[in-house]
Amino acid sequence: MKGNNVLIEGKNLTKVFGFGGNKTTAVDNVSFAFHEGEIISIVGESGSGKTTLAKLIMGLLKESAGTIEYMGKPRRLKRHSDRRKYWKHIQAIFQDPFSSFNQFYRVEKLLLDCIKLQGEKLTKEEQLRRMKEACSFVNLKYEELHNKYPFELSGGQMQRLMIARIFILHPKLLIADEPTSMVDACSRSTILDMLLKLREENNMTIIFITHDVGLAYYVSDTLYIMEQGKVVEKGPAEEVILNPKHPYTRQLISDVPKIHSEWDLA
Amino acid sequence: MSTHILEVNELKTYYRTRLKEHVYAVDGVTFALEEGKTLGIAGESGCGKSTLALSLMGFYFPPLHFGGGSIIVGGRDIMKLGKEQLRSQVSGREISYIPQAAMNALNPTLRIIRFIEDIMKEHRPELTKKQVWDMAAERFETLNLSPRVLNAYPNELSGGMKQRTVIAISTILNPKVLIADEPTSALDVTSQKAVIKLLKSLLDKGFIRSLVFITHELPLLYHVTDDIMVMYAGEIVERGTAEQMIFDPIHPYTKKLMGSIIVPEEGMKGHKLAAIPGTPPNLKNVPEGCRFADRCKYAQEACRQGKIANKTLGDRTYRCIVEPETLREWYANEGE
Repeated sequence: MKGNNVLIEGKNLTKVFGFGGNKTTAVDNVSFAFHEGEIISIVGESGSGKTTLAKLIMGLLKESAGTIEYMGKPRRLKRHSDRRKYWKHIQAIFQDPFSSFNQFYRVEKLLLDCIKLQGEKLTKEEQLRRMKEACSFVNLKYEELHNKYPFELSGGQMQRLMIARIFILHPKLLIADEPTSMVDACSRSTILDMLLKLREENNMTIIFITHDVGLAYYVSDTLYIMEQGKVVEKGPAEEVILNPKHPYTRQLISDVPKIHSEWDLA
Repeated sequence: MSTHILEVNELKTYYRTRLKEHVYAVDGVTFALEEGKTLGIAGESGCGKSTLALSLMGFYFPPLHFGGGSIIVGGRDIMKLGKEQLRSQVSGREISYIPQAAMNALNPTLRIIRFIEDIMKEHRPELTKKQVWDMAAERFETLNLSPRVLNAYPNELSGGMKQRTVIAISTILNPKVLIADEPTSALDVTSQKAVIKLLKSLLDKGFIRSLVFITHELPLLYHVTDDIMVMYAGEIVERGTAEQMIFDPIHPYTKKLMGSIIVPEEGMKGHKLAAIPGTPPNLKNVPEGCRFADRCKYAQEACRQGKIANKTLGDRTYRCIVEPETLREWYANEGE
């Protein structure tokens, strides 16, 4: 998958919150280059700045310093239409499925909005066909769901519905911010399988944000380990996990319980 | 018998819906916990593990109702006690419970020490404020928590710290059994480890004697608990030692559950994760026979008829009609 074009590139990104003495540097001089079809994991503990970095990439926050280049050109988000165009290419799945949906919209409307965002003129039948296809992709039944409100669904179902949205939109870049930390182990494997399948079908770039090194190792090609806003180690997943260089990486790996070796609790 | 610190026999608890339907979230659960042992309960969301934990406390608030069975703590059936007796004698002293998201339960307008004073006012009214402070500070010190925390407001503490504080508060009366419901699921791995260390040190120092640990993180259970119990749709489907359950599961559901483990170890990459097709049965009308039959690829005609009895193999129990040898053969053929 690698060796493809660089999709998005960040150069010396910095994000500072607060003023004067209250300054907090959440992202500190981070550079990255994500390729098409690559799965990248950003790993770090709470407060290490991984979500802030994701928000910078999404364009929800403005960077304090540094530049982001999207498909070889500097990213422009000044006008509303620019942002709309950018978000057609970049989508996100968040940690808490319960707060990702508009509570007042039925599932039908939610999926319909995604189709409309693409800006194509479609017949009713075609729209229905696409929605059904998206639902069956994530093992949900459109007939059972379309009339329901988000709060009538379980957490796993909501998270899968998020993936159905992604399936309709097929963005170039997907940012998954802890997509599996609020669902149990079984739904987790289903969700991961779907994301990997999406990557294969659309050659999508996926950025995984997680604190679970095991999960990051399982899904990703490249790992970025973040500590206090800085990237302390990056490289191919195998190399980083099986042969960690930085002490912080080693600590993260030792904090995860394993099943084939002792867990050092001292 | 007396070595059992907690004994649960045929416990049934149900939720009563608005349509007056009875939904049995815990349906005939029987298990015993020996003194000094730790027990893990695993299962999918919605399998009834949190309801089981809540039921063990003996407090029932609508829509949850008690449906029968007995809970014996330290030789006493707590379901035969009155509400007042239960509150003053059992909860906190004999058995203590940390609910899910316990750290959000701290009142943001009170300092931590006030929660401890509240407990002491109820259970040890003879102590003065100074004595309570000294006792709490000493306890926090032994548990590697800074006594400074006592004077802090909850919002000054981080998530992991709050969780550890809640655990320290709920064990301040040295309960015999601590029931911890997903104490680590909202925390990152580093704080998770700190919480596990705290639970271990509570056990080592004898502040609690037994632990019931509920989570869906199986690698965690493997390191923390002696025994693991797997629940599915309100029933216990298998119980065995942690070692047995992880490496040699018998029940097809346990097998699938163990197949979904992700750890940062060699060979994990490219390894196919097990996903279970379908969804758990609706507890309003559970299927006759094996409740897992609809999602089990080994299901036979006989699985759907009559109640599946609990079988024992050595010190393990499992609920499947197929012999373990046959099941193992099938798993081996599958290459799982």
